[in-house]
Amino acid sequence: MLFALPAFAVSDPAELLPDRQQEQRAEAIGHQLRCLVCQNESIEESNADLARDLRHSIRQRIVAGDSDRQVIDWMVARYGNFVRLRPPFNAMTLLLWGAPGLALLAGITAVWLARSRRPAPPALLTEAESRRLAKLLKP
Amino acid sequence: MTPIQRRVMLLAPLGFAAIGGVSFWTLLERLREGNYDPHGVPSVLIGKPLPQFSLPGQAPSEGFSSADVIAADRPVLLNFFASWCIPCVQEAPVLMTLKQQGTPIWGIAYKDKAEATTDFLKQNGDPYARIARDEPGTVAIDFGLYGVPETYLVDRSGIVRWRWAGGMSDDVVRQSLTPLLQSLA
Repeated sequence: MLFALPAFAVSDPAELLPDRQQEQRAEAIGHQLRCLVCQNESIEESNADLARDLRHSIRQRIVAGDSDRQVIDWMVARYGNFVRLRPPFNAMTLLLWGAPGLALLAGITAVWLARSRRPAPPALLTEAESRRLAKLLKP
Repeated sequence: MTPIQRRVMLLAPLGFAAIGGVSFWTLLERLREGNYDPHGVPSVLIGKPLPQFSLPGQAPSEGFSSADVIAADRPVLLNFFASWCIPCVQEAPVLMTLKQQGTPIWGIAYKDKAEATTDFLKQNGDPYARIARDEPGTVAIDFGLYGVPETYLVDRSGIVRWRWAGGMSDDVVRQSLTPLLQSLA
C-alpha cells in the first residue's frame, strides 16, 4: 500500500486539459475540494458523477482564465466552506484552529497549578539540630 | 485530598459519561425523526437571490428561466428530480399532495433523458406546473445541488427561503415547509 500510486479518478483522458500546466493547476485545486457525495474524498479522487462534473467545471474556469483563488471562491459560493477540505481561518473556525493552542495552554496551567500547590520543602536543620543528629547517628 | 475532593474526582468521569450519553441519545433521536442528516450540507443560497438560469423544457412543458420563477406571483417550489433516483419515487406522493393543496411546483429534470423523464411522470404522477431540463447538470451546480431530489422554496422576490436535500416526507412538509409557505403567502 505504501508504494501504491494515488488512485486518480480521472480515468477518461478526454477529461484532461491539453495544457500540462493548466491540468496540474486543476488537479491541485481538485485535491483541495471535497466531493459532496462521498464526503471524505476530494473531487479529484472521487468517481461520483457530481465530482466528474465539478472537475469539468474547474477545468472550464481555468481555461477561461480564472486564478486558483477565483476557482475555489466559485466553488465556495455554491457549496459553502464545507467544500474546502482545509477549512479557512475565520470567526467560525476560530475554535477549530485554536484548539491545539488552547489544549497546550490548559496543560501548562495544570502543571503550574500542581507545582504551586505542592507544600514547601521542610526547612533545613538548624545548627543545634545537626549536631544532635550527628550525635544520635554516631555508633 | 479531602473527602469532598475525592468524591469529585470519582464522580467527574461519571458526569462526562452522562453528558456524552445524553448527547448521543439526542443525536440518534434526531436522526430517527429525520431532522438531522450527518451528511447534510447546508445551502449557502438561503436568503440569497435565486441563481440565474434559462433551461429548455420537457415537452409538452415549455422551458423556464430564473426570471420566470420570479415573475410567478407567488412562492414557487423548485424541485430537482430524475427518473433514475429512488428517493424521487418515494417523494412523488408527497409532491402530488402539495400540488393538490395548490402549491406551485416547478420541476427540473436533472441529468435525465427526455423519454425516461416522461416514463417516470407517467408512473409516479406529474405534480409539476412546468418542467425544465438540466441534462448537463450545470444549473444544478449553480444551486449547490449535491444529489437528487432537492427542493428549493423561492419567494415572490426571487429569494431562496428554504432548501431540502433528499426526498421530502409528510413530516418534513408539515414541520418546516407548510409553516413557511403560510408565512410567505
